[in-house]
Amino acid sequence: MSAPASDHGHAEPTSFTFSQENLELAKRIIAKYPAGKQASACMPLLDVAQRQNGGWLPRVAMDAVADLLGMPRIRVYEVATFYTMYNKNKVGRHHIQVCTTTPCWLRGSDDIVHTCKKKLGIEVGETTADGQFTLGEVECSGACVNAPVVQIGDDYYEDVAPEHMERILDALARGETPKPGSQTGRQSSEPVGGPTTLKAFTTAQADATTAQADD
Amino acid sequence: MLRDEDRIFTNLYGYQDFGLEGARKRGDWDNTASILANGREWIIEQVKESGLRGRGGAGFSTGMKWSFMPKNVTDKPVYLVINADEGEPGTCKDRDILRHDPHKLIEGCLIAGFAIGASACYIYIRGEFYNEGSNVQRAIDEAYAAGLIGKNACGTGYDYDVYIHRGAGAYICGEETALIESIEGKKGQPRNKPPFPAQAGLYSCPTTVNNVESIAVVPTILRRGASWFAGLGRPKNSGTKLFCISGHVNKPCNVEEEMGIPLKELIEKHAGGVRGGWDNLLGIIPGGSSVPVLPKSICDTVLMDFDSLREVQSGLGTAAVIVMDKSTDIVKAIARLSSFYAHESCGQCTPCREGTGWMSRVMQRMVTGNARMEEIDMLLQVTKQVEGHTICALGDAAAWPIQGLFRHFRPEVERRIQAYRNSAPLAAE
Repeated sequence: MSAPASDHGHAEPTSFTFSQENLELAKRIIAKYPAGKQASACMPLLDVAQRQNGGWLPRVAMDAVADLLGMPRIRVYEVATFYTMYNKNKVGRHHIQVCTTTPCWLRGSDDIVHTCKKKLGIEVGETTADGQFTLGEVECSGACVNAPVVQIGDDYYEDVAPEHMERILDALARGETPKPGSQTGRQSSEPVGGPTTLKAFTTAQADATTAQADD
Repeated sequence: MLRDEDRIFTNLYGYQDFGLEGARKRGDWDNTASILANGREWIIEQVKESGLRGRGGAGFSTGMKWSFMPKNVTDKPVYLVINADEGEPGTCKDRDILRHDPHKLIEGCLIAGFAIGASACYIYIRGEFYNEGSNVQRAIDEAYAAGLIGKNACGTGYDYDVYIHRGAGAYICGEETALIESIEGKKGQPRNKPPFPAQAGLYSCPTTVNNVESIAVVPTILRRGASWFAGLGRPKNSGTKLFCISGHVNKPCNVEEEMGIPLKELIEKHAGGVRGGWDNLLGIIPGGSSVPVLPKSICDTVLMDFDSLREVQSGLGTAAVIVMDKSTDIVKAIARLSSFYAHESCGQCTPCREGTGWMSRVMQRMVTGNARMEEIDMLLQVTKQVEGHTICALGDAAAWPIQGLFRHFRPEVERRIQAYRNSAPLAAE
């Protein structure tokens, strides 16, 4: 059986070698699993390979993982193609992933997708000509009380309105890293304007023994 | 309303240090050795008596699950696996535990692992939670450095390791046997049961898989007593629960409340009420995307616990409350969930692989009304053919939202079909 081929119109690299640093990291990862169960390290090593390769996994990188773990290559292709976070095609420097599942959709994720399309001049699944941005739609990101949510790289941008989205894209284009988390100034998942509970725990110094009941 | 002194997750919102020092100030890791000194049986009995039911959706007794683990296993390792693959649409509670209160989880992992005789624990964290997983790893490193886990954990002579395994974007890995397959380095496709994980789980060894919240509440239950936890909520539906309130409310939020709190009170006290007022409510999905939607008339009075919601043909699930006001295209909202399940079906069982795609395509047509009236019953019949005929519950989860939609909002779909026929009589034929 042949390996999954790239269909994105870019050349597949012909070789992939783990960096010395990543080989050391791989050893530490493999050590987390029992002897003889090194196949468990397949997923984390695919992630290491993807990060080393600028955010996507060419076939040669999957092969390198298979060889390192002594696994049949087809087993690694199976894993790499099953999980959505492994990018089988090249992605832009900034991978913009807008959650559009029902809780985000109820809070306006359609507008966020529209803003991204208009601003970047691309459709979902496409990459800008300069290779800077790839736009994707994803299923539930698991931050639904801060909807709409956009994942960019490893960070979540939450409570995103179209104007925030424009600012975020502008900042990324300038080479800056906009502040992740709530774009409307929430600490995290508390109600807007402050918690209705645990008010004694809203300062960094609060101590469990001094907490007051609130009713 | 639950008193703050009865809340377990005091750093839910992350105002304070999530690290070991902050956690200790909040009461975590306080003489954990004395809890373990009571022995395995005592711990399992206490958790049973507390009435704790699994917080991942199924609601099975946590203590009972632990008691199914074989005793005195000497020929192979025993594992505890934590399901932190949070991905049920609407649900974002475990994320807050992972990033803001990871020590509660790790202390719970030690106690639960000790109770089932495990030698190691793997915490399976969804891949998208990169930063959350990093917080958990930092907390694990701190716990090792302080001698709380690892060799001679807490000075008890018990050796116990805790590791993180990151997922890579597959909802199905929240199913416990798919999760186990995924840790073993395979596609996340659920296994047939039996054998159950308690007999043959991770690496074919006895394994218990528990949700993050179920495990993170255990240390507090054992410190404060099973009767304290059992005294909150209603019989068989006891304790506190993290609720996620999303959608059309004025202030979406996570909050820890008492089990059995009225749905209306939950939304009005903590989430600022329904956008436009309670009378502007159309319907609520009370327990994550898999459970059937409820119309306002039921939401007016229903209580938020396992048995109350089952009585109204829905479920507590993960306690993720998705609120929809009258501006919502309810058919589209459910159709979007159908496309979610079609996307996330692992493809292993034919009824689910083919059925989720088929149901999603028909639901898309129901949104515009481009369907025949008799297709409604055909669709419902197909949901029944998928439900209960697959290895795991994803097929059920895909069927239930559609069944809920037609149970309560059938006239709306019929209206659309009629309107479509009236406007384009030929296209409808």
